[in-house]
Amino acid sequence: MKMEEVAVVGAGQTVFGFDRKETFEELVFEAATAALSDAGGSIGDIDNIVTVSNDFWDGRTISSMSVMSAAGSWNKDISTVEGDGMFGAVYGMMRTLSGSFDATLVVAHVKGSEGRMNLITNGMFDPIYQRPLGIDATISAALQARCYMERTGAGEEDFARVSVKNHGNGLRNPHAHLGMEITIDDVMRSRKISDPLKLYDCSPVSDGAAAIVLSNRRGLKRFRQKPAWIRGAAYCSDSYTLGYRDLADPRALRAAAQKAYRMAGIANPLKELDAAEVYDAYSYMELMWYEGLGLAAEGKGAELLRSGATETGGELPVNPSGGTLSAHPVLVAGLVRLIEAVLQVRGDAGRRQVPGAKRALAHGINGPCGQCHAVMIVEA
Amino acid sequence: MSGKKAFLEGRIKVPYKWYAGETGSRFLSALRDGCELWGTRCPGCGRVYVPAAKNCWECFRPADEWVQVSDTGTVESFTIARRPDEMFGLAPPVVYGLIRLGGAGGSLLHIIGGVNPDDVRVGMQVKAVYAEKRSGRILDIKYFAPLGE
Repeated sequence: MKMEEVAVVGAGQTVFGFDRKETFEELVFEAATAALSDAGGSIGDIDNIVTVSNDFWDGRTISSMSVMSAAGSWNKDISTVEGDGMFGAVYGMMRTLSGSFDATLVVAHVKGSEGRMNLITNGMFDPIYQRPLGIDATISAALQARCYMERTGAGEEDFARVSVKNHGNGLRNPHAHLGMEITIDDVMRSRKISDPLKLYDCSPVSDGAAAIVLSNRRGLKRFRQKPAWIRGAAYCSDSYTLGYRDLADPRALRAAAQKAYRMAGIANPLKELDAAEVYDAYSYMELMWYEGLGLAAEGKGAELLRSGATETGGELPVNPSGGTLSAHPVLVAGLVRLIEAVLQVRGDAGRRQVPGAKRALAHGINGPCGQCHAVMIVEA
Repeated sequence: MSGKKAFLEGRIKVPYKWYAGETGSRFLSALRDGCELWGTRCPGCGRVYVPAAKNCWECFRPADEWVQVSDTGTVESFTIARRPDEMFGLAPPVVYGLIRLGGAGGSLLHIIGGVNPDDVRVGMQVKAVYAEKRSGRILDIKYFAPLGE
């Protein structure tokens, strides 16, 4: 199926960090106005709005209600996604394609510093069988990391290499929370969190917001920014319960990626993509996602990284922005992957620009250990 | 005009009473009353769900054949959590494992105990150790301990 035409025509993101001085409503306003200004439009050019939020992170039920005004919703249709921002982008894309709206604003926010990550992510598990054990996002990720090591023979140093690459890239991104020049040794010697994961294998908890403006062809005349066309978009999910799914097999991502590639007419993603932004909440994930995205053969994620192909200057730079390891505003991070892909194909990525990038991939995840995956391909 | 950042510290405490469902209730009763682990088999794919599940999510049909599974299994993955949240009142480090019980079609998430955390290995055989006082909860299994030589 060839896609109807829809483009990202504006993108905005705050600086990500811990303990930002703005409230989450203020962060939403900052990101929304930045995206509109980037689009060369104003709130009056927007027909409908999608917000992305999670009640546990905000500590407020139906917290979407509280950001509506900040998102510019007065007198407009507004709807909410509870999940990663990439799924908000997917929903916004669908609304734009529906024919009911020509231009859509999608905004995601989080103030990770206000809650407690371990307790909030414990809350995503089944309350009868898993939550009472005290597990959280990091503990479940550690179980997945070891499953992956068992299946592929990848080692902790391979994971460390991802951390070194992405934190290094983060230094060139003014929005990143934690750009760092570190070595494999630094990662290996960092504090053990949940073996095999150490401190530098784990993304930081960040505050921030991000927003995009989506438009169909009819809506384009309202804006001045160069459109980044969405050429492929797909999403797929796997089992919720840890133990019922093979944690080392990213089959949901494989399914989503293949659909997106078919739509975009991509046969060899490693060669045909110029940049990729993937959701590396933990270092090992990037290697697993290489395989799920078909960039590396099964079990060869670590090999692809060691070849240098995904480094800056490599065949396909992955996470030139520094990725989620360099800034992890939960819920926002997937939308940031899309924004970074858009900036790359527009040639607006500043010091993290991949020279000549024309086609880029963005990836978001939802649920424990990447239960759901969304993949988008954008082109200048 | 400048001032210190003002914060309001709070906590949301809402009591819930989560229903385990008919299938879950039967699973938890067998655990409480007889220290037995039961699963449900999907007649479509033959997979045995432990804890018992009412429906096979993959075949999208009821998994309604009850089968008892062994309380001994193999460690498929594990992690040593150095600092689980203090709210859970666990003495760190806590070893978590995905345990493939004999006869089960997937693995069970639980705690591994009775062992030096550094000695836990993938492939290790472990057996359920039950709580003396059981109340129909997943923690009626205290933990899984390595099977004696």
